[in-house]
Amino acid sequence: MAYTEEELKKELETKEYEYGFYTDIDSDTFPVGLNEEIVIAISKKKEEPEWMTKWRLEAFKAWKEMKEPEWANVRYKKPDFQSISYYSAPNKKPKYDSLDEVDPELLDTFKKLGISIDEQKKLAGVAVDIVMDSVSVATTFKKTLAEKGIIFCSISEAIKEHPELVKKYMGTVVPKKDNFYAALNSAVFSDGSFCYIPKGVRCPMELSTYFRINQAGTGQFERTLVVADEGSYVSYLEGCTAPSRDENQLHAAVVELIALDDAEIKYSTVQNWFPGNKEGKGGVYNFVTKRGLCEKNAKISWTQVETGSAVTWKYPSCILKGDNSIGEFYSIAVTNNYQQADTGTKMIHLGKNTKSTIISKGISAGKSQNSYRGLVQVNSRAENARNFSQCDSLLMGNECGAHTFPYIEAKNKSAQIEHEATTSKIGEDQIFYCNQRGIDTEKAIALIVNGFSKEVLNKLPMEFAVEAQKLLEISLEGSVG
Amino acid sequence: MDLKDKLISSFMAFENNVDVEHPVHDVRAEAMKNFEKKGFPSKKEEAWKYTSLNSLQKTNFSIFPKEENALEYKEVKKYFLHEIDTYKIVFIDGIYSSYLSETTHDGVDICLMSSALTKPMYKQVIDVYFNKVASKDESLTTLNTAFSREGAYIYIPKNKMPKKPIEILHLATGNEASLMLQPRNLVVVEENAEVQIIERHQSLTTNEVLTNSVTEIFAAENGIVDYYKIQNDASTASLIDNTYINQKDKSVVKVHTFSFGGKLIRNNLNFYQNGEYIDSTMKGVTILGDKQHVDHHTLVHHIEPNCESHQDYKGIYGDSATGVFNGKIIVDKIAQKTNAFQQNNNILVSDKATINTKPQLEIFADDVKCSHGCTIGQLDEEALFYLQTRGIPKKEARALLMYAFANNVLSSVRIPELKTRINKLIANKLGVNLGFNL
Repeated sequence: MAYTEEELKKELETKEYEYGFYTDIDSDTFPVGLNEEIVIAISKKKEEPEWMTKWRLEAFKAWKEMKEPEWANVRYKKPDFQSISYYSAPNKKPKYDSLDEVDPELLDTFKKLGISIDEQKKLAGVAVDIVMDSVSVATTFKKTLAEKGIIFCSISEAIKEHPELVKKYMGTVVPKKDNFYAALNSAVFSDGSFCYIPKGVRCPMELSTYFRINQAGTGQFERTLVVADEGSYVSYLEGCTAPSRDENQLHAAVVELIALDDAEIKYSTVQNWFPGNKEGKGGVYNFVTKRGLCEKNAKISWTQVETGSAVTWKYPSCILKGDNSIGEFYSIAVTNNYQQADTGTKMIHLGKNTKSTIISKGISAGKSQNSYRGLVQVNSRAENARNFSQCDSLLMGNECGAHTFPYIEAKNKSAQIEHEATTSKIGEDQIFYCNQRGIDTEKAIALIVNGFSKEVLNKLPMEFAVEAQKLLEISLEGSVG
Repeated sequence: MDLKDKLISSFMAFENNVDVEHPVHDVRAEAMKNFEKKGFPSKKEEAWKYTSLNSLQKTNFSIFPKEENALEYKEVKKYFLHEIDTYKIVFIDGIYSSYLSETTHDGVDICLMSSALTKPMYKQVIDVYFNKVASKDESLTTLNTAFSREGAYIYIPKNKMPKKPIEILHLATGNEASLMLQPRNLVVVEENAEVQIIERHQSLTTNEVLTNSVTEIFAAENGIVDYYKIQNDASTASLIDNTYINQKDKSVVKVHTFSFGGKLIRNNLNFYQNGEYIDSTMKGVTILGDKQHVDHHTLVHHIEPNCESHQDYKGIYGDSATGVFNGKIIVDKIAQKTNAFQQNNNILVSDKATINTKPQLEIFADDVKCSHGCTIGQLDEEALFYLQTRGIPKKEARALLMYAFANNVLSSVRIPELKTRINKLIANKLGVNLGFNL
């Protein structure tokens, strides 16, 4: 079927959010508002030890003094922090041993999302720790992992069962007073994932968590902590979809990665939260703090595919503290309609012979704004630091914007830094060439976008690459002007 | 008393010496209000993140020189491009020196801002162009506007071109312990007209000087402007240079900035492309040592379609020098078919030197080609070795490579004598005598 551009545009505009549904599950929700009592109540609800409650209160105290950051290149109606309910858990809250016990409605939700737990269990070999409105309800493959000594559980469970590890590492990479949203998260985080890979262990499977925002009016505050002990390796996946909703939802997560000597962490994200409808109404606010710390010879690699959220504010960073450590950042950010994304990375070179690579691909369509904001910092003691950054932007239509704000700070003469950025649109000749060979415009664009993003897509684990390509299609197909 | 308060009180004294009934004075008063409100920019502001004016604000600068000072031509000859004949507009401690200058009214106006602001015959031009492209919001620009009285005034009518290049030279004698200067220049180039301008600030002693300069340049259809800024001042002289350029259809404006010395240099270079088929070029060579600090802030605003902009800045930083480059390209929604290029290459030759660079793109149009590249690196060890095997001493070999690194920028300098002069400055700065005729 031959599409005209107009038709394509129309189809895209009217394309409703495919994963926009809302599951009716009884929830145990706190009253709206935030004060010390709520923080204490959250802590109590989660049966946390006293030190954790204290930690949360300290963060809350700091948060009260802080102001919302305004430097990002995004415009939005600020969330009212007093009209959010800070805790909501699926009501039937047992700790399931098997999937049969899980609320059938919940399972149905996963089916709609295309995550068949059983299937994944068998086929993909992925251990899924599903977070549904803040409380882990299903954890699979735990036994296989336990044999290797790998701990993969919800953070609240980790606080109870492995307090020594949590105490030692939590807040060391993202301090609780790090920034406004990190402080808020530290005070009220509801749940999240914890992962510990012991010395010299190579995690045999991709660890994966599906996040879902479900309950109306509840912000979700996830906390993820991944610790890879000396010489270990782990690949961690995180993917998200959220139901269609009219009011804005706030998501302020904190992710901390710690790679000890010779360890490697690969952290991949596919994010497809509700971006708002075509008038720009609704949609998720995504204000995330992600940071990793590399010790000697360690490596952290961030890969992200961002297609969702109304407003994104996200800078997965690497602190290259140890000598010979490596940081990588591969990102595709797609914005359409009224979406706004301000995303990028920070590479802080502290150790000698540290290396970092940044590949960022921004694709803007509709009336969206897409910004890359990055920092490459080479400190005076970081001998022979090496960085390569590349930020490419693709513009579709003349009402969107692409912005680049790269900060480069070098204090060592042996540093070698290269940065390049380009902005362009899909060439008419490229499309013409495809048309000539019988590929219609829509397919041609998918092809070109895929080629444009290939460098990043290639970095995704197999299980995710397929899904990511699907997401790119949903977000972009035919949106060329 | 800090500098801001001093400036505010000096403004009252300043008002006693100018015609407050003149319409220009309304502009000054308005600008002063803005400066009073905003004060000096602090490091908290994004645009001043890497450059602090704190120490300058603590210095007790004289705002007005107490007496007129004269200089002999032979004392300052070396600061002129004396190899060729030029028009000269010379200021000594901010006061026009008719003795050292050579102005003209023959077909073109190459004279003084003070006359242009007061004499009725210039009123028409002043009404149309004065303080039109300069920011009415940026605090240091409005500070200059408030005290605008003297500077160079260059008006080139349709189809004209002055017979020779124009030199604008600001000399500071050091008769004041510390002096603040605020020159204000206006350059208007009408249709098909052309002009070449060389600007230089020079302090003759080690007494402290702070210059806060504003230059407005208008290039009408097919106008051509070549502007060369030579910044090779004493290590006690600071310069804040604000240049605003408004271009019309098919005009070509090139600004070259050569920063080789000074305590603190801040270049705010702003291009506004108000027409189609415009070409804007900004190039710079920066070679710094000691504790010098240079901050290049460029802005190119592509407002209309089919325009081009080229930026190429090279920097070599030694000792404890700090270099900042912040290049911003904005492409408006209707500015389709824009080609914007930006390049910033840096070499750090010392462990204490710092470079902070932020090449920034803000693009709202889809059919554009915009790119920027930025590198920080060292001299190629193999190239260095190669030269040494050919019997070139290491020092000279290094200088040769650095010279080659900067040479790209020099290729577009259109006055051969100026090119030679700058080559000598570079060789001097690199501490070698390049054994070939540059």
